[in-house]
Amino acid sequence: MGNVPTTVKHCLSYEQLIQDYPWLTRWLLAEKTITGHEYPEFVKIVEVGPRDGLQNEKEIVPTGVKIQLIDMLSGTGLPVIEATSFVSSKWVPQMADHTDVLRGIQREPHVRYPVLTPNMQGFQDAVAAGATEVAVFGYVSCALGCPHEGHIEPSKVSQVAKRLYEMGCYEISLGDTIGVGTPGSMFKMLQSVMNEVPTNALAVHCHDTYGQALPNILTALQMGVSVVDSAVAGLGGCPYAQGSSGNVSTEDVLYMLHGMGIETGVNLTKVLEAGDFICNALRRGTNSRVAQARGRTL
Amino acid sequence: MAAVMRLVNRSVLGPAMGQQYVAFSSAAKAGVRAGRALPEKVKIVEVGPRDGLQNEKTIVPTETKIHLIDMLSASGLSVIEATSFVSPKWVPQMADQVEVMKGIDRKPGVSYPVLTPNLKGFQAAVKAGASEVAIFGAASELFSKKNINCSVDESLQRFDEIMRTAKEAGVPVRGYVSCVLGCPYEGMVAPEKVAHVAKRLYSMGCYEISLGDTIGVGTPGSMIKMLEAVSREVPVNALAVHCHDTYGQALANILVALQMGISVVDSSVAGLGGCPYANGASGNVATEDVVYMLHGLGIQTGVDLSKLMDAGAFICRTLNRKTSSKVAQATCKL
Repeated sequence: MGNVPTTVKHCLSYEQLIQDYPWLTRWLLAEKTITGHEYPEFVKIVEVGPRDGLQNEKEIVPTGVKIQLIDMLSGTGLPVIEATSFVSSKWVPQMADHTDVLRGIQREPHVRYPVLTPNMQGFQDAVAAGATEVAVFGYVSCALGCPHEGHIEPSKVSQVAKRLYEMGCYEISLGDTIGVGTPGSMFKMLQSVMNEVPTNALAVHCHDTYGQALPNILTALQMGVSVVDSAVAGLGGCPYAQGSSGNVSTEDVLYMLHGMGIETGVNLTKVLEAGDFICNALRRGTNSRVAQARGRTL
Repeated sequence: MAAVMRLVNRSVLGPAMGQQYVAFSSAAKAGVRAGRALPEKVKIVEVGPRDGLQNEKTIVPTETKIHLIDMLSASGLSVIEATSFVSPKWVPQMADQVEVMKGIDRKPGVSYPVLTPNLKGFQAAVKAGASEVAIFGAASELFSKKNINCSVDESLQRFDEIMRTAKEAGVPVRGYVSCVLGCPYEGMVAPEKVAHVAKRLYSMGCYEISLGDTIGVGTPGSMIKMLEAVSREVPVNALAVHCHDTYGQALANILVALQMGISVVDSSVAGLGGCPYANGASGNVATEDVVYMLHGLGIQTGVDLSKLMDAGAFICRTLNRKTSSKVAQATCKL
């Protein structure tokens, strides 16, 4: 405080502030904090079930089912639904029907339907099929650990994030691809990335392979991140750990956020219905604890 | 400091500049809180052999229980809830309470508390060799009525007898409070009610109060509000959290409890013990998952995770059920 000029020092005295701006005491009391933590008032959920989820499921799902799932999700209030992926069907047969899906879905006016495009060919095909938003791997994988390399330095993650941001990606989703992260590593990684990319351009994509997704998301929220990726019913197992879960369930994320008074605009009941539908079609139980608790397992 | 900066900038500077400053100091403040000092050590109270097995459908033979407890003792856990001295009429799974107490290998430095719902149970427990006991109170009147057919205050009065006898015998008593974040009958539970019950148990002489989210409905918001109310009446180092994972919220709730200074966490190996109020739903949080998070945070627990997972694998094989622990599932090589 020694270098602060006297006039500023005057402003910074709490007693003086209260005297000059009597409305402050009221404003301070009304401020919405949960014990000193400021949580975002609104969190945007990016639903990745139809793409990331279905891509990582053993069963290949017919086009009609994919379209119905996306249409059900469109009616829940979710603002962003990742619809499909324009990768070569040689590599990802589950997404071979990308054009039919994009053309078949009923586009809700206030919902965005980004698609993955790994290369120029994919990008052109996507635009030709009607895509109005692409995810140009504004995704950073292995942000908290790698199945081959193990520990990943936070500075490496921030370098990649910075490059993507400078290239023009409007949002960078930081993915804990194998779900090994914990609140400690999440905090360190975000601290590093937030030095290079503005917080409001960041999203977290947590996997629940070790059950850590919700505490990791909570940590990200405490640090000011307000965009969370998740998948309905926790679709999409982990390709690196047989039989394990992968994506965190949208239902469980919503339950936590709404319980904390954070708005999402999403109707949890309708998401539960969409989850029921796709689990029936896939003939598998849901990964969502909330869905299990509400008695909606097979 | 950061907060004051924000106030000055919002009122004195132009709106555009104000926005930037708000974002900066907000993130800095949030970042500082998120990285705020957590406890260096956390004590895990393992409730699998009692709370877990009591709520499993399959009744487990005495030797299996003893073997499980011995494996848990070897994993580094310092507190293992061994059994319950309730009448076998009500809880048949715990009918072998005396044999279990006498059969386990008591590791030095490890505590083996047992549940004692009344004086008779307490006396039987001490006779069987118990050196620590636990009593239960509920934060919800309806829950208390439905479970033990009396009001909360009446239940606390009954415990007076146990407290006096335990004090004379030099037996420490742990107090549990159920339904701290919600009740299956009453719905919302007032934090002040939880604080009232916790305070009563503490002033009666319980050395530690375990706050239980019995139906797992709590979220970080309700957890913090409840802990704020309780920590005004009971010192935080005498508090523990007992979170259920029925809605997947357990680890997030435990994290905020740690951020508020709690350093004792109840959990159950393999997440044993489903939820009796939601068929097919999970109940206790899995010890493996809690330990994974704590170790990832650099917090010491004294627990060897791989030995713990061995114990979990053993009991799941015997019960012929899949583990509820995500960590165990991820590292399983099936």
